[in-house]
Amino acid sequence: MEMNRRDLLTVGGKLLMIASVGATFEQITGAEPAPDTYKMADHWWGMIIDIEKCIGCGSCVRACSNENQVPKDYFRTWVERYEVPEGHGTPHVTSPEGAINGFPLPKPVDLKSFFVPKLCNHCADSPCTQVCPVGATFVSPDGVVLVDKDYCLGCRYCVQACPYGCRYLHPETETVDKCNLCYHRITKGLTTACCENCPTGARQLVDFKDPKDPVHEYLRNNKVNVLKAYMATEAKVYYNHLDGSVR
Amino acid sequence: MIPGVDGFMYPNEVELQWSVLIVLYPFVTGLVAGAFILASLERVFKVEAVRPTYRLALLTALAFLLVAPLPLQLHLGHPERSFEMYTTPHRSSAMAMFGFVYLWYLTVVLLLEIWLDYRADIVRLAQTSKGFLRLVYRALTLGSMNVSPASRIIDDKVGYAVTVIGIPSAFMLHGYVGFIFGSIKANPWWSSPLMPIVFLFSAMVSGIAAVLMLYMASMKLKKTPIDMRCIDTIAKYLFYTFVIDFTLEMLDLIHRTYESDESFRSLDFMVHTRLWYSHVVLQIGLGTLIPLILLAANQLWKFTEAKRKAMYVAACSLTLVGIFAMRWNVVIGGQLFSKSFLGYTTYKMALVTREGLLTAIALMLLPFLIFVVLVKILPPWQESEAHKA
Repeated sequence: MEMNRRDLLTVGGKLLMIASVGATFEQITGAEPAPDTYKMADHWWGMIIDIEKCIGCGSCVRACSNENQVPKDYFRTWVERYEVPEGHGTPHVTSPEGAINGFPLPKPVDLKSFFVPKLCNHCADSPCTQVCPVGATFVSPDGVVLVDKDYCLGCRYCVQACPYGCRYLHPETETVDKCNLCYHRITKGLTTACCENCPTGARQLVDFKDPKDPVHEYLRNNKVNVLKAYMATEAKVYYNHLDGSVR
Repeated sequence: MIPGVDGFMYPNEVELQWSVLIVLYPFVTGLVAGAFILASLERVFKVEAVRPTYRLALLTALAFLLVAPLPLQLHLGHPERSFEMYTTPHRSSAMAMFGFVYLWYLTVVLLLEIWLDYRADIVRLAQTSKGFLRLVYRALTLGSMNVSPASRIIDDKVGYAVTVIGIPSAFMLHGYVGFIFGSIKANPWWSSPLMPIVFLFSAMVSGIAAVLMLYMASMKLKKTPIDMRCIDTIAKYLFYTFVIDFTLEMLDLIHRTYESDESFRSLDFMVHTRLWYSHVVLQIGLGTLIPLILLAANQLWKFTEAKRKAMYVAACSLTLVGIFAMRWNVVIGGQLFSKSFLGYTTYKMALVTREGLLTAIALMLLPFLIFVVLVKILPPWQESEAHKA
């Protein structure tokens, strides 16, 4: 069949009309709009944790475990309960199964007591990425410490180098695993599973590069600290009301 | 309560990540570096008395060096990816350099030095042996059949240069292993600038002790009299090196105790409980003080030959036990305490798994098997017999 220019324009015009009707129909039925392209350079992720707001319910641990299929007895996040005697006594710390089921009621003792949620601190100068022999773990341009499980050797040097105990060897993949700040969620404009499920808002995902992020006002108005500041890892998980006894 | 855990561990710390195989790694590389340094005593520093052990020391170093990467390979979650360390090394990682340091030491230093030293023997054996062995020796000549006096002089000169390069290389090989541990700031049991130098001297101690034992055992098996001047000299060097090693370790201990930083109470408690047997009894008591006393006694008094031999065997065996205990205490001890300094875990060694006890034993026997094969192919004895003659 031969097609002249007129036929081509007619067929093309019809196809264009069908496509635009389809597109309009998709908009009317509420199909998901194409997401804005995520630009790593526009973000610098971290977290704010308000210790006074944490009630030790373990929702964050459960949410993380479900979201990321964390293997049993390993933890991307966990919660510790501190009971600190007066003065400089050694604190009594517990975290039964990472507090995945919360905590049993404490014995009524006259001690300072509080909960400390822990996760990877996504350090800007992270000692774990420094030691990886093949660069399988790295700080992404948006400030998240990630592990490429298709490249990791499973040597576990990074596990030794992390001062916070945040890494483990995944028993199935035999590669190192850790909190990735729910990277699959935050790059789609969502918050992390742990933050979303925290009933008191003790954990807040923050973007230090976003001028509208409330983190800037929060950091101006609160006396925050990071864990093991002396390690000089430039940790990006900031704790409000962090007691000096916390390790 | 988690079984085996006292106090509080971060939940991911309960399980140890580096097993007995990682204990073997510094132990084995230490023997390599130590044996090579002993060989260089004769070659570079012209200590003629130790000549009977020159070739033996080189073959010992090679046998152990060939086994050195095996515990690491077996330990990796993905050993098939280990080649990535050569193709895409991460420049800021101390561990990434292992492959290069290893290859340099194996090919540029050890194989080259052994080949140069044995070249004339290999050519002779290629001409005199028959059948399959002839093929092996012909291959080992690498086509270089010229054994004229002029060519031997060149061999000797190049061999000397290789040994001179080899000494800092041996230092690098083991000092570097110490750096892998010493540079981990998160772990106060490891983090110390003294670590590479302590590793280095302990490597020399273990390597010298191993070669001395192997030499005495070989002579016993061959029913050849032991060159007493040789073993007396080696024992003297072992004593000197051991004194430096012990001094460095005590310096580290005194420094930690005096400084008493935030980790001290936790580590001190660990040494007095979980590491008591392996650290205080095995490493310091049996593995250091007794051999030092035995070796020192030989510097002060003159014993009969039989007594000296018995004392050297006892001192060397205990030294090797002590250095193994030292590696154990560094690697395993460094993972028994929590980085929160609030608790302790237990190392549960499996028996027949990939990283279990039987694998470790097999890996420790393998170098001796390789050593026997090497000695068969490249007999080190002519040197010693020629020396005696």
